[in-house]
Amino acid sequence: MVAHRLRRDLGDAAVITDPVARRTYECVGLTPYRCTPGLVVWPEDAEGVQAAVLACREAGVPFVARGSGTGPSGGALAEAKGALPGTDVGLPQADRALPEADGVVIVTGRMRRIIEVDLPNRRAVVEPGVLNLAVSDTVGPTGYFYAPDQSSQRMRSIGGNVAENSGGPHCVKYGFTTQHVSGLEVCTPDGDLVRLGVGKAVRSPGYDLTGVFIGSEGTLGIATKIVVKLLRAPESVRTILAAFDSIDRAGAAASAITTAGVQPAAAEIMDTLAIRAAEAVVDRGYPAGTRAVLIVELDGPAVEVEAETAALTALFAGALALRTADDPAGRAAIWKGHETAVGRIRRDHPVGSISGESGVGDHTSAKLPSMFSVDDLATTQDDLATMQLVRRAFDPGNRANPGKVFPTPRLCGERSPAALAPCRTGERIRGAG
Amino acid sequence: MSLDALAEAAGMARAAGPADAVGGCPARFVATPGRADQLSALLRQCATEGLTAVPRGDGTKIDWGQQPTTVDVIVDTARLTGVREHSSADLVVTVGAGTPLRALQATLGQSGQRIALDPGSTEATVGGILATNEAGPLSHTYGAPRDLLVGVQFVRADGTVSRSGGKVVKDVAGYDLGKLLCGSYGTLGVITEATFRLHPLPISRVFLIRSVSTPAEVDELVGEMLDSRLAPTAIEVDLPPPVERPVPRQLDGTGPSGSGTLAVLFEGSALGAQARADAAAELIGGRVCPEEQAPTWWGRYPFGPDDVGLRLSVPVADLPAVIYALGDAAGAPVPVRGAAGIGVVYAALPGDLPVVRVAGVLDAVRRVLLARSGSCEVLTAPEQLRAELDLWGPVPGLELMHRIKEQFDPQRLLSPGRFVGGI
Repeated sequence: MVAHRLRRDLGDAAVITDPVARRTYECVGLTPYRCTPGLVVWPEDAEGVQAAVLACREAGVPFVARGSGTGPSGGALAEAKGALPGTDVGLPQADRALPEADGVVIVTGRMRRIIEVDLPNRRAVVEPGVLNLAVSDTVGPTGYFYAPDQSSQRMRSIGGNVAENSGGPHCVKYGFTTQHVSGLEVCTPDGDLVRLGVGKAVRSPGYDLTGVFIGSEGTLGIATKIVVKLLRAPESVRTILAAFDSIDRAGAAASAITTAGVQPAAAEIMDTLAIRAAEAVVDRGYPAGTRAVLIVELDGPAVEVEAETAALTALFAGALALRTADDPAGRAAIWKGHETAVGRIRRDHPVGSISGESGVGDHTSAKLPSMFSVDDLATTQDDLATMQLVRRAFDPGNRANPGKVFPTPRLCGERSPAALAPCRTGERIRGAG
Repeated sequence: MSLDALAEAAGMARAAGPADAVGGCPARFVATPGRADQLSALLRQCATEGLTAVPRGDGTKIDWGQQPTTVDVIVDTARLTGVREHSSADLVVTVGAGTPLRALQATLGQSGQRIALDPGSTEATVGGILATNEAGPLSHTYGAPRDLLVGVQFVRADGTVSRSGGKVVKDVAGYDLGKLLCGSYGTLGVITEATFRLHPLPISRVFLIRSVSTPAEVDELVGEMLDSRLAPTAIEVDLPPPVERPVPRQLDGTGPSGSGTLAVLFEGSALGAQARADAAAELIGGRVCPEEQAPTWWGRYPFGPDDVGLRLSVPVADLPAVIYALGDAAGAPVPVRGAAGIGVVYAALPGDLPVVRVAGVLDAVRRVLLARSGSCEVLTAPEQLRAELDLWGPVPGLELMHRIKEQFDPQRLLSPGRFVGGI
């Protein structure tokens, strides 16, 4: 019945009912378990999303929003996690026939219009399926950029950024998606299209609904239009690699960055494990005896980058070697070692820290309380109860992503979030392993 | 409820006096809990007896927002103070909500750090700044309190103590309730403790000061600064009313030649900040001066306690149109000051204007804003005006806000009536 209605409203091509095709949209969220959705729709615009949500509402079935489908946690997606929810408590394994859910997956991947680029106001208005890359390609030639788009995030959609509040490796300096979105249009679980925030202005009266929506992983509704901030590209970008003979020395150097008053755009430590992982693929040319590598990226006015480089060079006096790169290729080469290490460690040690690796709503939700508040379990239950108040306000019918318990805000890139401060990344990498 | 029972729950309480009125609404009691559990006991008791409660820090903005319908208990945060944890290597600090920001900055400064917040009310407490999401010039670069808040502990209307976000920044899950509390005017909970992201103190601060005469000129200069790669930390404008009788605005859009000032702050290394300010001076003119010679109006509101204080937040390129509209509606140029680089400015209307005149100005400005996206809020106004005015203008998502309030405070006991839509 829902299918019939949506075919009428959105056209045949936007509605997928074929059982085999639907299998590719298996997800967590419609139920607490991974399952095949009853129906998949690909709306083309906000009104299409609204039609789908209203159809769900009237049929009394749940829905899950899905973006471009490339995110490692993807909010609603299970594919990248490779694990069933609740495996810790003995639930069925993935190779069993997956149950079918009486729910709808709403894919925003066709909503790829960049509605407006408003340079005088340093804003762009986009649909959720627009890729970070597309925004950067469009505004890049003007000398502006969208900060959450950093190398590893380029194939992610803006809607995905909003769902997960992603940051990217440069969130040390630039913060997360929530710092770069000034307004949203969302389809609430009740099927209302609502503006949150006052569009292109930074402040708006009332509760910060935009702030609470961003990072809610589709549990409060579906973003249909997103107003993103555009920043002036920095005059100068420099990546510095320092090799140390001990993790302690590297850690001390990293801590000293803060003390010296330098605000790096990104800072990472690779410990011995990470270095081994990086060098397993290609010889990175780290000097003999390297046990820790510190990578720092500086950006800003050239004069400040020079001054900060001088300060860091003094701090890194105990390093075995220093390398700097200003050009994109040279910088990418330095970062490549780090990306390789993180990738390999994650592959070899798939059990990660919960928010570093996956969403709370699925298999990790069992672990949530202990991570949530270490002091007092009673407090944790209260915290969770308080969170539920927000959800009930947005979704009284419990239709949006009902199988998901709570979202996990994505903090810096794929790492655990001590990342607001530089350093400690050795721990982060170990945490991810 | 008896005073004894209040004192028993909160650990300290007294009868309220005339100075404890909130926006003209007299209070009955002032309770000063010393810990979250005492605050919890206090609010639980209030909920049982149906008593209303309004949180208060130093009281610098207690007159902001609409007058509450009733105030049975003022929850004074004066004993919820102090740095709980300062992890300088991780650049985070956790403090009691009653801590004055100024004292906190002094403490952090000893470690070469700061919270990148410089709100206009200089005596304000952390809790009050969060509850109003109050920000100053630094918001150009660092955003508002909502952007610097990492975690928060608060007590709900029914006494439930809740936490959202991190304390020491670590794995955190769930909705970002800190965002919801920022700017909620004490209507969702009483903040007891907050964790902030910190930034290193800049080594050097240098100002570029340039005189300006019209909003159009401000727009042009701000555009030049934003398009440059000099990364100003803050861009503030001050457009005071002309000393002489204002000349009507010319048809070509240029107003009377005024004594306005554009001030641009550069923070960075000793050489860098100076060099960037010098480069900026080459672009837009003006004189470069050290921090000691910062404009006296920097970071201060243009309105006094007897004025109608407005905050306009608009897309940055629309700022001149809105400032002109404000002057046109008021029949004379209106003093305007604020963060021109992000389109957030404050304005003052005389507090002795008849209410219909003030309402007329608000209507006219909000009509202009409607087409451009933006807001014009009345932050504060004399009592007799406030009750008659729509302080907020159109509020997108108001229905959802009512639903959130209904969930968090179904009895409407926390700061009732003070916020948007009568929340």
